[in-house]
Amino acid sequence: MSSAALHIAVILSPFLAIPLVAWAGGRGTVRPVLPALIPASLSAYFTYIFVVVSRSGPFSVTAAWAPALNLSLSFRFDGLSTLFAILIAAVGTLIVVYAAKYLEHHPQAGRFNAALFAFMGSMLGLVLSDNVIALFVFWELTGFTSYLLIGFEHERPEARRAATQALLVTGGGGLALLAAGILMLQAGGTAQLSELAANGPLAAEPTYAGIVFLLLLAAFTKSAQFPFHFWLPNAMQAPTPVSAYLHSATMVKAGVYLVARMTPIAGGTTIWTGTIIGVATITMVVGAIRAMTETDLKRVLAYSTISALGILMLLFGIGTPGAVTAGLVFLLAHACYKGALFLVAGAVEHETGARDVAVLAGLRRAMPATALAAGLAAASMAGVPLFAGFLAKEQFYDSIRLAAAPGAGGGLLLAAAVAASMCLGAAGLIAGVAPFRGRAVPTPASHDAPVALWLGPMILGGAGLVLGLFPALVSAPIAWAGAAVTGTASSVNLVLWHGFTVTLALSAVTLAGSVVLFTYRRHLWRIAWPAAMHTERLYSGTVAGLDALSRRVGPALQSASLRSYVLIVTTSAVALVAIALATARILPPPGRWMSVQVHEGLLAALILAGALSVVFARSAMAAVLSLGVVGYGVAVMYALLGAPDLAMTQFAVETLTVVIFVLVFAKLRGFGDLSSRAVKARDALVATAAGALVTTLVLFVGSSGTTSRLSTYFAEVAPGPGHGTNVVNVILVDFRGFDTLGEATVLVTVAIGVRALLLIGRERRQ
Amino acid sequence: MTSSILQTAARLLMPLLLLFAMFLLLRGHNQPGGGFVGGLVVASSFVLYSIAFGVAAARRALPVTPSLLLGVGLLVALASGMPGVIDGRPFMSAVWTTFGQGSAAVDVGTPLIFDVGVFLAVIGVVLTIVFTLADTVLTED
Repeated sequence: MSSAALHIAVILSPFLAIPLVAWAGGRGTVRPVLPALIPASLSAYFTYIFVVVSRSGPFSVTAAWAPALNLSLSFRFDGLSTLFAILIAAVGTLIVVYAAKYLEHHPQAGRFNAALFAFMGSMLGLVLSDNVIALFVFWELTGFTSYLLIGFEHERPEARRAATQALLVTGGGGLALLAAGILMLQAGGTAQLSELAANGPLAAEPTYAGIVFLLLLAAFTKSAQFPFHFWLPNAMQAPTPVSAYLHSATMVKAGVYLVARMTPIAGGTTIWTGTIIGVATITMVVGAIRAMTETDLKRVLAYSTISALGILMLLFGIGTPGAVTAGLVFLLAHACYKGALFLVAGAVEHETGARDVAVLAGLRRAMPATALAAGLAAASMAGVPLFAGFLAKEQFYDSIRLAAAPGAGGGLLLAAAVAASMCLGAAGLIAGVAPFRGRAVPTPASHDAPVALWLGPMILGGAGLVLGLFPALVSAPIAWAGAAVTGTASSVNLVLWHGFTVTLALSAVTLAGSVVLFTYRRHLWRIAWPAAMHTERLYSGTVAGLDALSRRVGPALQSASLRSYVLIVTTSAVALVAIALATARILPPPGRWMSVQVHEGLLAALILAGALSVVFARSAMAAVLSLGVVGYGVAVMYALLGAPDLAMTQFAVETLTVVIFVLVFAKLRGFGDLSSRAVKARDALVATAAGALVTTLVLFVGSSGTTSRLSTYFAEVAPGPGHGTNVVNVILVDFRGFDTLGEATVLVTVAIGVRALLLIGRERRQ
Repeated sequence: MTSSILQTAARLLMPLLLLFAMFLLLRGHNQPGGGFVGGLVVASSFVLYSIAFGVAAARRALPVTPSLLLGVGLLVALASGMPGVIDGRPFMSAVWTTFGQGSAAVDVGTPLIFDVGVFLAVIGVVLTIVFTLADTVLTED
C-alpha cells in the first residue's frame, strides 16, 4: 500500500469502522466505549501530521477517482485543514465516550454509532478535501448524516420534521456549492482548491459575482446565518451528544471553514467582505439577544451558537491576518465551552428529566462535578479573565478596532460586537450557572451524573482554562492555520495580559453587562419576540407552496390510467417528429422513397387487416388472436428484411403474449363497449397519425442511402475482439452488455412486481 | 380440458424444444440465436407443457422454482462482469480464452457466461408471470 493510499484509508477510517461501531453500541460497560479508540487515534495521527506540516509545509495525497472525468480524490494537509481535523477527532472522542453512557441500554445505540461515525468521516473528508467536487460530496454527506442524527428518535414527528428541515436548508446550500464549484472549475481551469488558491483570486472573471453568491449561500445555510438560522434551534430535537458535536463544535462551522478556505480564491473584494460582514453582524446580534430570552437549556445554547457563528463568520469575512487569528482563537474557545455546556445540559436532563432553566436551580449540591464543569465553561463563555473565552473576546474586539473602517461604520460594528458579547455572556451564565445556584428545587437527581457524563465537559471546560492561562501553547498552530487563509505567514503572539487598553475596558464593560443581564434574566424571558423575525415562515411557506403545486400538477400528469399515458406519449411523439420533419424539410419527394415489393405490400395489408380486426373485434378471444396476426406479420417482415434474430425473438414473444393474454382475458367478465363516439374518433385520429408518420419514416430511412458509421464499425470489430460473427448478439452481450444487464434487471423487477400484485389481489379476495 | 393429441405432441416436442433452445444459446455468438431467444424457447416449451398437463405438472417438470431463476440469472450475468474487473479493466470487459486447436478451436469468454445469465433470467421472468397468472386463474374458477 502506498503512503497516499494509507493516508486516505486513515482519513476514511470512520466509514470503514461503521460495522464495528454499530456492533459495539448498546449493551455492556466497556464495549460501547471501545469505538472512542478510533477518534482518539485519529487525534494523535492528525496532531502528528500537524507537526509535519508545520516543519515541512503543506502536502497533498491523491488517488484516482474517476479518471475519465478528470476527477481525483485528493486530500490536502495544511494548517487550517489539519487544525479542523484535530478538533473533529478530539471532540469526537469525548462525544463517543459520552454517548456510550447517554444512550446506555438504548436498543438502537448501534444505529446511532453508525450514523455518528459516518458523520465523523464525512466531516474529516470535508475539511481535508482538496478537490471541489469531493468537497461537495462530503459537504452533502455531513448534511445527510446530520439528518439521520437529528431524526434519530424517528418515532417523534417533531424530530422527523426538524431533520427534514435541516436537510432541505443545508442540502439546498450544498447544491449552491456544487454550482459554485463548477463555475470555479470553468473560471480557474482546475478543480483543485490548492491550485485555485495558488493562481490567485478569481475576482476578474465574469462569473465572479455568481461564484461569490453561491459560495456564500452554501456557507450561510450550513453555518445557520440569518435568515437561514431557524433550522439550528429546531435541530435540538437531536440527542444531546449530537447537538454538542454537530450543531456546535463541528458541522455548523463548515460554513465558516468554507469562507476561510475560499478566501484566497474568491475573497478580498468589497462584495465578498461586505456581504459577509453585513449578514454575520445581523446573525451575531439576533442570535445573542434571542439566546437570553429562551428558557430551554438547549435552545439557549443553540441561539448562542448562532450568534457565535455570526462572530466567526464576521472575523473570517474581515479576513485580515489579525481577524483570522482572532477567528481561530474564538473557534477553539467556542468549541471547548459550547461543547461542554451542551454536554452539561444533556447530563442535567439525563439526571433530572428537565432542561427548563426557569425551573432548574440548586443542582450544585446534587451534581458537584457537573456543576464545576459547567462553571468552567460558563466562565469562559462570559469572558472571565484567565479563560480562553476572555482571550478570544480580546482578539475579537482588537481586530474589529484595527481592521474595520474608521468612523461611524466601524464604531457601529464595535458597538454591535460589545452588545452581542454581553448577551452571549449572559446566555452562558444562564446555561452554565443558573441551574446550579440558589435553593434546590425538588428533582429526581439525588446523585451526580456518572463519570462518563461529566468527564467530557470537565475536559472541555478545563481546556478552556488551560488555553486561557497558557495561550502560547496554541500560538504556533494558530499561526499555521491562519497562514493557509491569508497566504502570508504571520507570527501570532497570544498573551494573557495586554496591559490597560481600550479593549480591556470594553471586556470589563461586557462582563459587567453580562452579569447585570443575568441578574434580571427573569424579566428578559417575558420579552415576546416580534413575529417579523420568524424567518422560518420563509421555509414553511416555500414547502407549503411546493406541496400545493404538486397536488395540482401531480394528478394531471400522473393519472394512473395506462390509456391516457399511451395517448400523451403517442401524441407528443407524433407532434414533435412531425414538426421536426416539416421544419427541417429533409423528406425527399415521394418518387425517391424506398420501393415496396409486391409480397411486402401483401404482408403489410395483412398486418393492417389484423389491426383493424382487433379494433372491431366483438369478443376478447377474437381480439387476442387478431393481435397475434399483427405480431406474426411483423415477425415475417423482419425475416424478409434480413433480421433473423429479431424475427425469431418476435415469434417467441408473440406466442407467449397470446398465451398470457388468453390467461388474462379468461379473468375478465364481459367485453364491453366503453368509449364514447368522440373518444373513439380521437383515438382513431391519433393512431392513424402515428401509423402514417412511422410508415413515412421507414420508407424515408430505407431510401436515404446513408449508412451509419456505427454499423460498419460493429461489423468490423465483432469477429475480431468480439469473437463472434453474429453482430447483433455481440452488441447485446458485449459492446452494450451493460445496457442488457440493466434491461434484464428491469425484466426481473417486472416479473417480481407482477407476481406480487397477483398474489396480493388473490389474498384480498380470499 | 385434456387432449391426448396435445399431450402426446407436447411430450414429443418438449425435448426437441429444449435441445433447440440450447442450440440457439450456444450458436448465438456466430449465427442467429442467443440467450434471450433461447430463454423464450425454453419458457414456451414449459408453457406448452402447462397447457397440455396443467400448471402443477409443469412446475414439477421444472427442477427449480421460476423465481429462483430470476435471481440466479441476474447474478450469473453480474458475475460475468467481474473477471474484467479482476483483470484491472472496467466492469464487463470481455475476457476470452481458446480451447482446442485448429479447426476444433472453440472461443470461450465471459460474454457467453453473460448470455447464459440472460437465458436463465428470461426463463424465470416468463415462467414466473405465466405460472402465477395461471395459478390465479385456475384457483378462482
